[in-house]
Amino acid sequence: MGQFGIGQPVRRKEDVRLLTGKGLYTDDVNFDGQTWGVFVRSPQAHAKIVSIDLEAARAAEGVVGIYTGADLKADGVGTLITDVELKDLSGKAMFRPKREFMAIDRVRFVGEPVAIVLAETQAQAKAAAELVAVEYDALPAVGSTAFAASPDSPVIWEEHGSNVGVHWENRPEAEIDAYMAKAKYRAIVDLVNNRVVPNPMEPRCAVAKWDAEAGELTMYAPTQGGRRVQGGIAKTVLNVPADKVRVISPDVGGGFGIRGKVYPELGVIAWASRKANRPVKWRGDRSETFVSDYHGRDQINHAEMGLDENGRVVALKVNTIVNCGAYFAENGPRLPINGGGRIIPGVYDIENFYLSVRPVLSNTVPTDTYRGAGRPEANFLMERLMDKAAEVTGLSREEVRRRNVIRPDQMPYRTQMGMVIDSGDFAANMTMAMKGADWENFPNRRAESEKRGKLRGIGLSNFVEPSGGRPTEEMRIRVDANGKAKVFAGTHSHGQGHETVWAQLLESFLGIPFADVSLEQGDTSTMPKGAAGTFGSRSSWMGGVGLQRSAKRIVEKGTKIAANLMQAEPEAVSFEGGVFRAGVSSVTIQEVAKAAYEPKSLPEGVEPGLDESYFLERDPEEFNYPNGSHVCEVEVDADLGHIQIVNYVAVDDCGFVLNPFIVHGQVYGGVAQGVGQAMTEQTVYDDDAQLVTGSFMDYGMPRAQHLSMIDALFNEVPCKTNDLGVKGAGEAGACGAPGCFVSAVMDALAPLGVKHIDMPLTPDRVWRAISEAKAAKAA
Amino acid sequence: MLIDVNMTINGKAVSGQVEARTLLVEFIRDHQRLTGTHVGCDTTQCGCCTVHVDGKAVKSCTILAVQARGKDVLTIEGLANADGTLHPVQEAFREHHGLQCGFCTPGMVMMGVDICRRHPNADEQTVRHELEGNICRCTGYQGIVEAIMDASAKMAGAR
Repeated sequence: MGQFGIGQPVRRKEDVRLLTGKGLYTDDVNFDGQTWGVFVRSPQAHAKIVSIDLEAARAAEGVVGIYTGADLKADGVGTLITDVELKDLSGKAMFRPKREFMAIDRVRFVGEPVAIVLAETQAQAKAAAELVAVEYDALPAVGSTAFAASPDSPVIWEEHGSNVGVHWENRPEAEIDAYMAKAKYRAIVDLVNNRVVPNPMEPRCAVAKWDAEAGELTMYAPTQGGRRVQGGIAKTVLNVPADKVRVISPDVGGGFGIRGKVYPELGVIAWASRKANRPVKWRGDRSETFVSDYHGRDQINHAEMGLDENGRVVALKVNTIVNCGAYFAENGPRLPINGGGRIIPGVYDIENFYLSVRPVLSNTVPTDTYRGAGRPEANFLMERLMDKAAEVTGLSREEVRRRNVIRPDQMPYRTQMGMVIDSGDFAANMTMAMKGADWENFPNRRAESEKRGKLRGIGLSNFVEPSGGRPTEEMRIRVDANGKAKVFAGTHSHGQGHETVWAQLLESFLGIPFADVSLEQGDTSTMPKGAAGTFGSRSSWMGGVGLQRSAKRIVEKGTKIAANLMQAEPEAVSFEGGVFRAGVSSVTIQEVAKAAYEPKSLPEGVEPGLDESYFLERDPEEFNYPNGSHVCEVEVDADLGHIQIVNYVAVDDCGFVLNPFIVHGQVYGGVAQGVGQAMTEQTVYDDDAQLVTGSFMDYGMPRAQHLSMIDALFNEVPCKTNDLGVKGAGEAGACGAPGCFVSAVMDALAPLGVKHIDMPLTPDRVWRAISEAKAAKAA
Repeated sequence: MLIDVNMTINGKAVSGQVEARTLLVEFIRDHQRLTGTHVGCDTTQCGCCTVHVDGKAVKSCTILAVQARGKDVLTIEGLANADGTLHPVQEAFREHHGLQCGFCTPGMVMMGVDICRRHPNADEQTVRHELEGNICRCTGYQGIVEAIMDASAKMAGAR
């Protein structure tokens, strides 16, 4: 395949630019004559807005304009509503509250925008925002997930009469109870899947310019694609055709699933630019990230699993409450169902599965897609159940898993909820991970740790996580007359290295040198019409196969041109490694590209140019199934509750690997986010739904010291449902890590009698659990 | 009231008028339009804004522009050689996949150079400890730690 071809560990094209300060992020963009926007946000978790007094603020120095939700509404701006529609078994539909771009009568979470101040400088806008006097009439508030779901909770949407949006079930509960009754053993777990703040390192930002003459808006903002934001702003906010809104996402400082949303702030900045007829820039600070970027996870789960005398699972029953925040975000309520719930049985052959989900509303920031989007929750739940199953059956953690994994000869395997797993060798993943981690000799290492007064534990987790996201994508390749190619991508790279990988693909498909391929992405005015974006670990499949098919069209057209140049029949022309051949004649793709732009060199009926695109559409119910096994080994200081990861082995089957160097990076980053959730990260709301963890001072981001080197290995089983054989890679790490980390810590603490600690396993929680277990033993 | 400031940035004498509250990072980004230095938080935690002031790594969000008067400031834009050859730390980041989205990267690199200066042949624990004030959300720190260890060894060897 050559040094820069597909499958090679090619170093990244984008790095020199990003390493020398030449990246271009949204905050690096300024328009002449721009004003600065600063949001006035609610300090109340739940309150009626009695009045908003703007007089003092309007008189402040430099103020250009101040607008409230009422101003937007009067101008015809619409509302945001979730994409999710669910029904309970009786057919009753989920409650779907509407969200104003800025709160009008009622605020429902701390940080909800109430007004925007525009001023000549950011400092002036901040100062004037302090003078906006909002009178609130405070109402009872709820932040706790469990309490929000209880009948005693304050109700935050009176018109619905309950905080529970719907009680969704996949089937009647009585059906599963019949299977459960036959079980010899019962494994039961109650788990909190903690709320996390995604926190990309680039805070949100937007700079918008309305061109009154053309009636067009240009807006720079970090997204994961742009088309969706373009559509939302055009339709819901500005009431103009989509082609009158141009969204540009240049370099984007991390996505993790939460970027591509039609956030209220984006709509307000766009609208304010038109209203004030001035460019407007908003530079969100980190505190605003915490109170306005959608949060992730936040579930509580009660699950029961029945096993027969051979340790085979006979029934699985899961009850989930998901805290969706004050409004249902685009995908919020679907994450514990279509996001992750339906894959809860995971790599295990479980025929009888019952799932009950209650999406609840509370006075918190809405939750939505965050790296894994339901699958890390599902995999964590299943792996805790398997550890519990080992405990109740007396089998080892390895053995109970081995007795239940889906075997390769069962593929394609249809799950109880209708997903079709095409490929994977789950038992082999376990073998590889355990061998890589020297599981066999763990007892020796534990003994050695004991001598030093430390507790040592080892944990294993399996996972499988349907990937692919939305079912359509469009990619385009233009080869210019000099033979250089440009990819116009519908996907969007914000750290994934597409500039590199798409060039590798073109070198392999078209024989155009890696160095001669460039990438254009993130600009709605140049991306393909059918562009979707990057999320759900979809780019390798949807973008990669889209490129492969675009390249095929380039070769098809090139063949006609080459045939004409060589005076051969097109059927006699072959193409390989960038060279078209017919008998003893040959022309390179570069020669063909040159001819493609010279009408005299073209055969009859062939249009000039060498520019092809492909709109890829797959069955919306078809996914690929990245899977793997992770092993984590930890040492715990029982006196301090401090956990040190001492070894981590990640075995991933992400199908055919396009660039192992880059995929390793995805694994490391995903594991860090998974370990972060399990070890340090916790979003805390107090009893009045005030956000306690509103900065990096209070919120435990994983730092270099929390992690160890990760040994990432591949167990490559090509995917059967796409031409490249690829499976997703972006989210796998976050799916595998929480399960094996928690398993390892619980293994270390088991000799003390500690049975359970909820994530995150902070030193404080670990120390308390140890103290309680010791006290219980003594008593 | 505006205050005159003069300093050297990347070997070039620069001057400007700032408000007393202007942070060094604001002077670098907004006044000098050197946008390689980033702002990732408002509490001196993330390290995206790390530059060198008189040869030492400093979070430029936590020093006023007026405090840098007369000082020698180096930002990410001034780190590579004039001919474009990368600094060994930059080169090591590229070689070890020490960056993904690139946002924390300028601060990580500037901190990495400082670590290499103080710790020849730095070991893994030293590097992880020294990175306490720099947050990355993409890489799991693996490539960053490997890059700094590698550069530290190479730079020690070159001395």
